[in-house]
Amino acid sequence: MAAAVALRNQGITDILIVEREKQLGGILRQCIHDGFGLKRFGQTLSGPEYSQRFIDEAEQMQIETLTNATVIDLSEEKIVTIATRDGLRQIQARAVILAMGCRERTRGALAIPGTRPSGIYNAGVAQSYINLFNTMVGREVIIMGSGDIGMIMARRMTLEGAKVKAVFEVLPYPSGLPRNIEQCLNDYGIPLYLRHSVVKIHGTERITGVTVVEVDERMQPIAGTEKEFSCDTLVLSVGLIPENELSIAAGVELDNRTKGAYVDEFCQTSVPGIFAAGNVLHVHDLVDFVSLEAEALANGAVRYLKEGTLPACDIELVASAQLGHIIPQHISGTQDFQLSMRVRKPMGRCRVIVKQGDTVLRRVTLPKAIPAEMIQFTVKADAIVSGERIEVSVNEI
Amino acid sequence: MMKKYDVAVIGGGVVGSAVARELSRFQLSICVLERELDVCNGTSGHNTGLLHSGILYKKGLMRTQCSMEGNAEFDQVAKELDVPFRRCGKLIVGFSEEERLRLEALLENGVRNGVEGLRMIDRDTLKAMEPNASGNFALYVPTAGILCPFTYTIALAENAAQNGVQYLFDHEVLDISRNPEGEFILKTSQKPVCARWVINCAGLYAYKISAMLGFAAYIPNRVKGQYEILDKKTGKFLSMPVYPTPNEVGEFDVHVTPTIDGNVLVGPTIENIQQNISYDVTQDMIKILSESGEKMFAYVKRDYFIRNYAGVFPTVTDPATGKDTDFVIEASKEIPHAVNLVGINSPGLTSALPIARRVVKLVLEQESLQENVNFNPVRKGITRFAEQSVQEQNRLIQSDPDYGEIFCRCECVTKAEIKQAVHNILGVRTVSGIKYRTRATMGRCQGGYCETRIAAILQDEADMRKEDILLNKNGAYLFTGKVK
Repeated sequence: MAAAVALRNQGITDILIVEREKQLGGILRQCIHDGFGLKRFGQTLSGPEYSQRFIDEAEQMQIETLTNATVIDLSEEKIVTIATRDGLRQIQARAVILAMGCRERTRGALAIPGTRPSGIYNAGVAQSYINLFNTMVGREVIIMGSGDIGMIMARRMTLEGAKVKAVFEVLPYPSGLPRNIEQCLNDYGIPLYLRHSVVKIHGTERITGVTVVEVDERMQPIAGTEKEFSCDTLVLSVGLIPENELSIAAGVELDNRTKGAYVDEFCQTSVPGIFAAGNVLHVHDLVDFVSLEAEALANGAVRYLKEGTLPACDIELVASAQLGHIIPQHISGTQDFQLSMRVRKPMGRCRVIVKQGDTVLRRVTLPKAIPAEMIQFTVKADAIVSGERIEVSVNEI
Repeated sequence: MMKKYDVAVIGGGVVGSAVARELSRFQLSICVLERELDVCNGTSGHNTGLLHSGILYKKGLMRTQCSMEGNAEFDQVAKELDVPFRRCGKLIVGFSEEERLRLEALLENGVRNGVEGLRMIDRDTLKAMEPNASGNFALYVPTAGILCPFTYTIALAENAAQNGVQYLFDHEVLDISRNPEGEFILKTSQKPVCARWVINCAGLYAYKISAMLGFAAYIPNRVKGQYEILDKKTGKFLSMPVYPTPNEVGEFDVHVTPTIDGNVLVGPTIENIQQNISYDVTQDMIKILSESGEKMFAYVKRDYFIRNYAGVFPTVTDPATGKDTDFVIEASKEIPHAVNLVGINSPGLTSALPIARRVVKLVLEQESLQENVNFNPVRKGITRFAEQSVQEQNRLIQSDPDYGEIFCRCECVTKAEIKQAVHNILGVRTVSGIKYRTRATMGRCQGGYCETRIAAILQDEADMRKEDILLNKNGAYLFTGKVK
């Protein structure tokens, strides 16, 4: 919606938003907690309130929307195939904005050993049942993974009368935001155990418990530290994966680190005219950044629609080992661009350096950096000295 | 008044369902007593989904005869029952000269059994046929195939039900006695059932039923196998099963098998668990699956894992010989009106209908039966939106707009298919039941998108309360009720 509104603001009139749900808003519909909008709107909103602002704008601008409609195919030629109750629709688009968001990593993907009872929920699924379907999923809860949704569900389920016994995180630091540890765990006396992993699931019908073990620096279980915890519900909050099945169908090349598309500074993917923004491109921690990224994308998309092409983006950007990834992965060098990245491990006072050869293009000092918080800043075009590749690194100072 | 049947089939696995279907060709009132809430919940639902060629076992064995017969007729069976099936062939690959000798011996055994088209292929041919398979040479088995065991078992059961067979789920047989008329009284976990005939198709528990009926006290000597399921992204890199050379006792190490739906199965591992039944997947076996699997097929990577499972083979030891049995298909004058099936492990899926026909033959030896002239061998499955052409997809939506609503994103399953599954003829109302009938929740998000919709539709269409919705078993509830 943010991209559509921004496109309309720049004079593009022929826009269609395709949404598989009955209403617009995506995952925000089930995020009834607050904390959204501080960056984008300067005030804290609930998820539905945040998305409603865009719904209202889109409606005012009379942007065409198609809900209860699932895109089942996207071709390299930008033919979009949509399943609706009125039949299959095939639309030839001139540009496509990918905004499919992400899905949750599952128990199966992690290959957690044990039996396969009921009562194992991904955090987002539990959230959907509770907040959208008024359905309670369990009473005695263990949470695996300290992702934000898991912590938010720890609070939500506590408020619904469930006993949330603990959150176990395999890493030596939390995956989610500090504010959620404070407001969702500490405020409710829910313990967070770092360097702990669920290594076995028990129960043949409903889950009856889990075996948890401490892990060492290499994330290997430490023998003798096994402990059993009884529970009737296991909530998994173990990571999000950009939902790029349609992108793959269209021949969009994916970055194995972000699991999203390789993009340039215009958020254009490897397929000309197909753009990506938000969680489908890389997993964000705040929806505000998702909207801002989509709004920024509009500039490039408008230019593509008007000129039929965008400047060649042959300058490669590479991240050093301490950074998980960077977005964009390549740029034109013709304009200022925004860099997004995350550190792989928590760092104290540190400095991010953007270099081309021996020339420093930008130097940013941060009081601290954690994987849960995305780092973003702008690099000026006039700093760029050549067509050589640009290296981004971070070091503690 | 106790419900009375001509025949009680104990067990709703692939064999029990095939037996019920074949018996429904005659004028008989038949029930299938199944302890679980759906068919295909035991060994039938936890295996590799392979249509065996008959190459592996010695000539003359019942399992060789049945699998050869089952293999030969399966194109026709698949057509009748609307079961997706592909005769893709199979490769058994080798690396060393020792393995070559073993494969040549296997080839000879296959030729003796009458398996057609077997040949050794060299490395170049192997790479041309299956570019992503490992191995320096291979034995090619063109008659092997792949099918979905759930679809096949459900198809047999639905066809049986169409022809009058009654499925009684949640009916575990606890004891068997005879009334003064010589009829069987089956004490179950529900109401008792009376039947003139009992067919023991109880799979993992067949040894218990065998003893209850008065047949031998077979000793369970179960074998467990663990599997990983790979994302459909890997499916296009594997066109047929690739097995390593079997060891000296004929056991196969971890192999890779494409599924008829486009995933790849890695496994099974082999563990002897004797009396136990356990379906848990363990850390050490996952490690073996990863390592051994990758030796066969380079795409066995953790990134592609979407789910794992374990299966248990109902191998039994004959108390008289102390050896594991062949397929046992037996009747006895001393135990009238009973047919006993034990030791039906691999290749039970391939052999189900041939076994069923042998059961019918044993029944006919004791009783003449009237043909059921209304018997219809044809069963139609749920039309899968994902597998249709664009034109056909459009036609489906026009005929039923529910075909235009995608419920399961990963597997592209529509609301129409889910609704048809909810109203299945067997009356199964579990979430897994819908899964096995439609593939919803079987994709890479594992129900993250569609499970809420399935739960909603069970409440709407089947009038279920939230608390009564079950994953697959009694006690496997999904919800504790409403929020505050």
